[in-house]
Amino acid sequence: MAQLFKKRANVIARLIIFGGPALFLAICAIIYGFGRSDFWTRVDNPLNQPVPFSHKHHVDGLGIDCRYCHTSVEQSSFAGLPSTETCMTCHSQIWKDAPVLEPVRASFQTGRPIQWTRVYDLPDYVYFDHSIHVNKGVSCATCHGRVDEMPITWKTQPLYMRWCLDCHRHPEENLRPPQEVFDMQYQRPENQSTLGRQLVLENHVHQQGLTDCYTCHR
Amino acid sequence: MKLLVTALVLSVISTGCRKGMVNQQYLKPLAEEEFFKDGSASRPIPPHTVARSHLNEDAHFFEGKIDGRLVTTFPAPVTREMIAHGREGFDIYCAVCHGRTGAGDGMIVQRGFPPPPSLHEERLRQAPVGHFFDVITNGYGIMYPYASRVTAADRWAIIAYIRALQLSQHSTLDDVEPAEREHLQTAEK
Repeated sequence: MAQLFKKRANVIARLIIFGGPALFLAICAIIYGFGRSDFWTRVDNPLNQPVPFSHKHHVDGLGIDCRYCHTSVEQSSFAGLPSTETCMTCHSQIWKDAPVLEPVRASFQTGRPIQWTRVYDLPDYVYFDHSIHVNKGVSCATCHGRVDEMPITWKTQPLYMRWCLDCHRHPEENLRPPQEVFDMQYQRPENQSTLGRQLVLENHVHQQGLTDCYTCHR
Repeated sequence: MKLLVTALVLSVISTGCRKGMVNQQYLKPLAEEEFFKDGSASRPIPPHTVARSHLNEDAHFFEGKIDGRLVTTFPAPVTREMIAHGREGFDIYCAVCHGRTGAGDGMIVQRGFPPPPSLHEERLRQAPVGHFFDVITNGYGIMYPYASRVTAADRWAIIAYIRALQLSQHSTLDDVEPAEREHLQTAEK
């Protein structure tokens, strides 16, 4: 009787036994890697805006405080985007004929807000409140990075849940004294852990509740 | 049967792709919404509407005027905390043009904005506090109104700090506590 399987069949069988799982793992790794890549999360990817607004110029160059434009960040869940009136407070006098600011002037005349492109977009099943973070000592720069060094704004965090939880489990690693929250040049002190634990107590950060599901999903 | 299984498998797979929970059907603050004429989901308050607890009856506190005349007193006692809070507000909203000391030499002025008068002018030192409240609330000359950006309570705190600034520029050594005088004099040398 002739051989049912040729000798080649051994190789094919090994390929399937070892190659199959290997291929499966490779696909998993690619999906995992892709989900964390800057391409997918849009981290470090400057977005086009109707007006090429430079935080670097306004914050670093002119020394304007974050709250001059993002007025509601200390009281509201929403940090607030400046109205066109806020832009025009200065630009009715400075650079008032610059072509680059034409959308601002058009918006001011028609009352139709400028349509900025969103840089940070949390999924809608996440409840996030700016005011509680800022008031408890989480700086703007902790999540938004060194905005004062961005000529065009980009995202510095992929906003994965693990990243949120890292901080909610160990808030002492990121808390700052209240007066340093809006300071972009602040350097993390060497005794951050000791200082952080002290700030957790002083600012009444209730650590037990921070990792409850309903803290962020409500 | 085959059809049913295919449909079941497809529906299970496709649910994984739906982003219905990520982008839910409600409007976020300041989102784009073509339903309204100005294209914005955030609606301005209709004219002559009063939101609950925003009756703002106290003209002294909310307008800086009583019977149309500028008030000369603060609506509440000035405290150290209020001045400290006012300093924060002044440094955020006012210092960009008026300068940290109120001399009218802020960064935006250095970049070409017409300089405002110094807050240490005799006219402004004598001006009633209601004048400052009115200017912050409604604007003055080329200065835009700040009513939508700074709450009434914060405006009064800022005015308290402006008064402190004015005093600071017109004080003599006699105003300093005796214990501190020596310290100041040696620091000068």
